[in-house]
Amino acid sequence: MKRRIFTSMVAGMSLAAGLMGTSAMAQDNMRIALVVKALGIGFFEAAAEGAEEAAAELGNVEVIYTGPTDTTAEGQIEVINSLIAQGVDAIAISANDPDAVAPALKRAMQRGITVISWDSGVNEEGRMMHLNPSSTALIGNTILKLAADHMPDGGQVAILSASATATNQNAWIAAAEEVLPNYPGIDLVATVYGDDLSDKSYREAQGLMASYPDLKAIIAPTTVGILASCQAVSDAGKIGEINVTGLGLPSEMAGCVASGATESFAIWNPIDLGYSATMIAHALASGAVAEPGAEISTGRMGSVTLDDTNSAAMSDPFTYDASNIDQFKDIF
Amino acid sequence: MSKQALMSREVLLTGAIVLLLAIIASRFPAFITPGNLANVFNDTAPLILLAIGQMIVILTRCIDLSVAANLALTGMVVAMINVAMPALPVPVTILISVAFGALLGMVNGVLVWKLAIPPIVVTLGTMTIFRGSIFLLSDGKWVNAHEFSDPFKAFPRTELLGLPVMSWFAIAAVILFTLVMTRTTLGRAFYAVGGNPHAATYAGIDVGKTQFWAFTISGALAGLTGYLWVSRFAVAFVDLAGGFELNVVAACVIGGVAIMGGIGTVIGAMLGALFLGIISNALPVVDISPFWQLAISGGAIIIAVALNAQANREKGRIILKRAEHAT
Repeated sequence: MKRRIFTSMVAGMSLAAGLMGTSAMAQDNMRIALVVKALGIGFFEAAAEGAEEAAAELGNVEVIYTGPTDTTAEGQIEVINSLIAQGVDAIAISANDPDAVAPALKRAMQRGITVISWDSGVNEEGRMMHLNPSSTALIGNTILKLAADHMPDGGQVAILSASATATNQNAWIAAAEEVLPNYPGIDLVATVYGDDLSDKSYREAQGLMASYPDLKAIIAPTTVGILASCQAVSDAGKIGEINVTGLGLPSEMAGCVASGATESFAIWNPIDLGYSATMIAHALASGAVAEPGAEISTGRMGSVTLDDTNSAAMSDPFTYDASNIDQFKDIF
Repeated sequence: MSKQALMSREVLLTGAIVLLLAIIASRFPAFITPGNLANVFNDTAPLILLAIGQMIVILTRCIDLSVAANLALTGMVVAMINVAMPALPVPVTILISVAFGALLGMVNGVLVWKLAIPPIVVTLGTMTIFRGSIFLLSDGKWVNAHEFSDPFKAFPRTELLGLPVMSWFAIAAVILFTLVMTRTTLGRAFYAVGGNPHAATYAGIDVGKTQFWAFTISGALAGLTGYLWVSRFAVAFVDLAGGFELNVVAACVIGGVAIMGGIGTVIGAMLGALFLGIISNALPVVDISPFWQLAISGGAIIIAVALNAQANREKGRIILKRAEHAT
């Protein structure tokens, strides 16, 4: 506890120092470093694109897109040390390890650098705030909405999950069940588990089609499950009757959307994530305070509100369909 | 006498399968329509192909834990070849998959034969190496449905006389290997090596070399299944068919293949695979909690193995007797 107070004191002082720093050189460009897990990953390249977009919108901001060449905490620590030496104004990091990079980031904060984490978080002591791509409640609502949007007359839907013990999938499904009453006419008939194995997921999807001949949609909040369901629906000749939806990556789902087995699906948008992280880093480095309950503006994405752990959720997962899949399938 | 005993094991398993179907039909009648049974058979075809290869390996007192990894690696290789050369005809792709799978099997075989390392250690090692190689090859990326050429995906689904081509591969393999195991010198050598390696050596059979060929056959079948699998699910990635080697071994054991070697038939391995295939296809439709599904699959394996263990003990003696009479 004592340590926590000390940390927040240090954070406060460093923030003050940061403030003085920025006001002293207001004419200079603010330099924000976007530190990713590793260079050369499509998802992060897309995030960097979003960061550049934010920089262009803000004016006088320079984005330094950097990271190690492999996904190690050691590599990130080196990168952070070099950023401290360069005296950047803010670091926004997607961490390879929540604990290992914290000491280096603490040192950065002591030198007056604004530090936030995004996508993959850092321990509370090692950052001022953390930006989650989305929240359990938002994801649960989105996966149900994706199915309901294409069922104007209502009908039966089923969920095909990963393993029965998967923590995140179970949380999303529970959140979806909670908002089920908001979608009148939608009847959730079964939840089955494909264990993230192609063959088992495929069989479970076949089983759903056999058990519920009137099934209108299969919701799979897992990348293996959504692909296997899409294949099972195609092979059964039920494209158009059953809509396969859920969470998937555009590069993997392009075939399903092209065949029509999937009307739409969702996943967090890395461009928006990079954009929001940059906006937040800029706001904090310019004087906004990261504390529970604080609301920070994120430009075109609206704003985020911090919870007790100084974490915030960006938005609903982004929806992909035939109109935008070609744009994203080569990105991630 | 021995022939009758051998028959009865297969008859027992067939009876168990019929009983299983009857129980499932009582809860979900549509399961036993011919169309659905054909689907179940088609779904089980990869397991049948792998179980035949595994049976031959187990016959020679070895075990091949690398089959699923071999399947995944070969699948990734043919998938990447297909992406690079979409115009390559499917038969050539199949030949490549069989040859590449056989090559991987030979690696196991040579290590067991020339270095005399215990097969379980060799294949545990190659299993990890194969999985690692997929990551190195693909950079951890997936090959997805829209990247494959259409003929590549369509071939196993093409219907021939009412059954998809994938099912015909399984049927052809069952017939081919029944002939190989009963009518060729190599086939009989597999039994001899597993039944009594010392006697086999005295009879002029090279035990190591026979084991080498067993691994090669298992590898070739795993390679072929690799193409069929990737094509059927239209995706190739590192964890493809993860843990499937255990299903394959289970299918063999249920099919009456003795883990101690020397006993087993192609028909038995096929029936064992079908038994597992029916359970895994039926459980989703009879609406049972996923935790019970695992327990039921496991229970079925234990019961089948317990029954077979009893039968095997007798069979062992009978086969040795027959071998005695034969020589």
